[in-house]
Amino acid sequence: MWQHFAQLVINGVITGTILALTGVGATLVFGIQRIANFAHGEYLTFAAYLGLILNASLGQNLIVATFGAVIGTALLALGLHYLVLRPLRGRGLVAMSLITVGIGLMLRDVVFLVAGPQIRQLAIDQSAVYDLGIVRISPGQAVAIGITLVVAPALAIFLSSTGTGKAMRAVADNRDLAAISGIDIDRIGAYVWILAGGLAGIGGILFAVVQGTFDPNLGYQVLFLIFTTVVLGGIGSAYGALVAGLVLGLIMELSTWSGLAGGLEPRFKPLLAFVTLILLLLYRPQGLFGKARVL
Amino acid sequence: MGVFNPAFWIFVSVIAGIYAIMALGLYVQFSLAGLPNFGHVAFMAVAAYTMAILAVRYQVPLLWSSLAGIVAAIALAFIFGIPTLRLRADYLAIATVAGGEIIRYLAMNLPDLTGGPVGSMAMLGPTKLAMYNGGWQAMLGAISRAVSSFLGVTLSRDAVMAAIVWILAALLIILIWRLERSPWGRVQKGIREDDVAVAAVGKDVVAFKMQALVLGAVLGGLSGLLLAFQIGVFSPDDFLPTLTFYAYLILILGGSNRIYAIPVGAIAFSLLYSGTRFLNFFPLSLFDSGSRAFLRLFLVGALLVLFMALRPQGLLGDRRQLMLEK
Repeated sequence: MWQHFAQLVINGVITGTILALTGVGATLVFGIQRIANFAHGEYLTFAAYLGLILNASLGQNLIVATFGAVIGTALLALGLHYLVLRPLRGRGLVAMSLITVGIGLMLRDVVFLVAGPQIRQLAIDQSAVYDLGIVRISPGQAVAIGITLVVAPALAIFLSSTGTGKAMRAVADNRDLAAISGIDIDRIGAYVWILAGGLAGIGGILFAVVQGTFDPNLGYQVLFLIFTTVVLGGIGSAYGALVAGLVLGLIMELSTWSGLAGGLEPRFKPLLAFVTLILLLLYRPQGLFGKARVL
Repeated sequence: MGVFNPAFWIFVSVIAGIYAIMALGLYVQFSLAGLPNFGHVAFMAVAAYTMAILAVRYQVPLLWSSLAGIVAAIALAFIFGIPTLRLRADYLAIATVAGGEIIRYLAMNLPDLTGGPVGSMAMLGPTKLAMYNGGWQAMLGAISRAVSSFLGVTLSRDAVMAAIVWILAALLIILIWRLERSPWGRVQKGIREDDVAVAAVGKDVVAFKMQALVLGAVLGGLSGLLLAFQIGVFSPDDFLPTLTFYAYLILILGGSNRIYAIPVGAIAFSLLYSGTRFLNFFPLSLFDSGSRAFLRLFLVGALLVLFMALRPQGLLGDRRQLMLEK
């Protein structure tokens, strides 16, 4: 039973870190650009397929593929910012949401048209298992752990110690105060898309290797988990999203633990995330770390 | 089926009528009250599944199981609305996107109850064929016979279905049109433009929003029931999230979010949608029929972005309606 518990903790931490990384990007976009980006899931899909092209078609290794996916997705996010979202800003929350929904549909169906609906996988051994005493991890999970061990601390240091990271948090926290203290809002607005795109790129690759297989619905399926992470952490709070992703990942995995009255059936894990979201909106809409203020 | 087969066009008109009712539900929520509902399809799915489960498993008469389906859609509206309507509009959008996916996910993953991915015909297990719309087909048959004995015209069941759907759509559009011009509708428009101002004159803003959400859910549920009756056997794949965005496109296609534009938009969309199967010439012949479905969805997305971009005053804004001096 405890072995099961340890295994679930590992799985939860892996899923949680992926959610945390993508959630940080989404929450900063939410806070800085005032956009609920419904195309965010498709950025992950785009990254996974970019990785697939580099990895499976061009024969590059997974590290190169990840770098390529990160850069490509960051450029995609930046391009959409300058081509579509920035010219259309000021349309109001609801109109902007609908625009990102439209962008998401377009991106997803371009992937469907180009890559086809069949299930794909990155060139990684799906059958191998590493036995580490009490827990077993797949090569995909090992890659995910390796990447997050580098990226998560780097992200935390970037947000806490660099000028750009601090400026991003400041703009997300209070746009007007940040502007009069001399922060170039426009520049930060572009940087945040690069950051969010890059993190979505990592997230897309990680989901692809952890799940093993994926299809063009990869990103859309996790979109609401990303949004739940954002709300759980408090909209605009980067550290909140880091913690919330981990919490959500652990809640979903540990709910299936056999020590917990037999545990929840795994197929109800997404339902649990939905219930979490609804309860959160009911009792603590500002999230775990957000400030209570009139929205 | 060929272009000149009338049965095909009757089928298209039934679907168009059902889409008109679906879009009307979204009209009440989105265009009238300004509530971004990105999971409209969930209301349809919940109503259809509730109706089918009651009819198949408990042999509940069709009328009562259909009413139960509508009640289930209303319950879902409360689940979406109670946590989110006090908050900023994007919270409702997030909750409805999540809810739409969850309903479909549950339908997929509770095969004992819903038939799972196979669809409603597997509700009683793999050995027994489950049918829920016997009562509906009998009713269509009876109407068809009555019409032919009184008027001497023979109408197919599909033609009767088309008539029922469009009469229903017309009545509902007139009803909502009246409602929009009632004091209730004026309050809704006021909330859409500035909810703080409406709250300041003593209106219960959250209650009004909830009423709009529920009314939209009833219409969405009704269209889900009609869709289920029409297709006879349905599966979770008949309630994909993209259906919601068809409804948005119908609202926008018809032009400027006016209520009389809904049937126009629904017909235009259905013609575009079902017409694409006849478009076999270059360059569309480069895509096989499977890819064309994705091309169609791509166009839905592109049109959404384009229409939103070309309306500089924003989709919802129509301040003139609220100003004293025009």
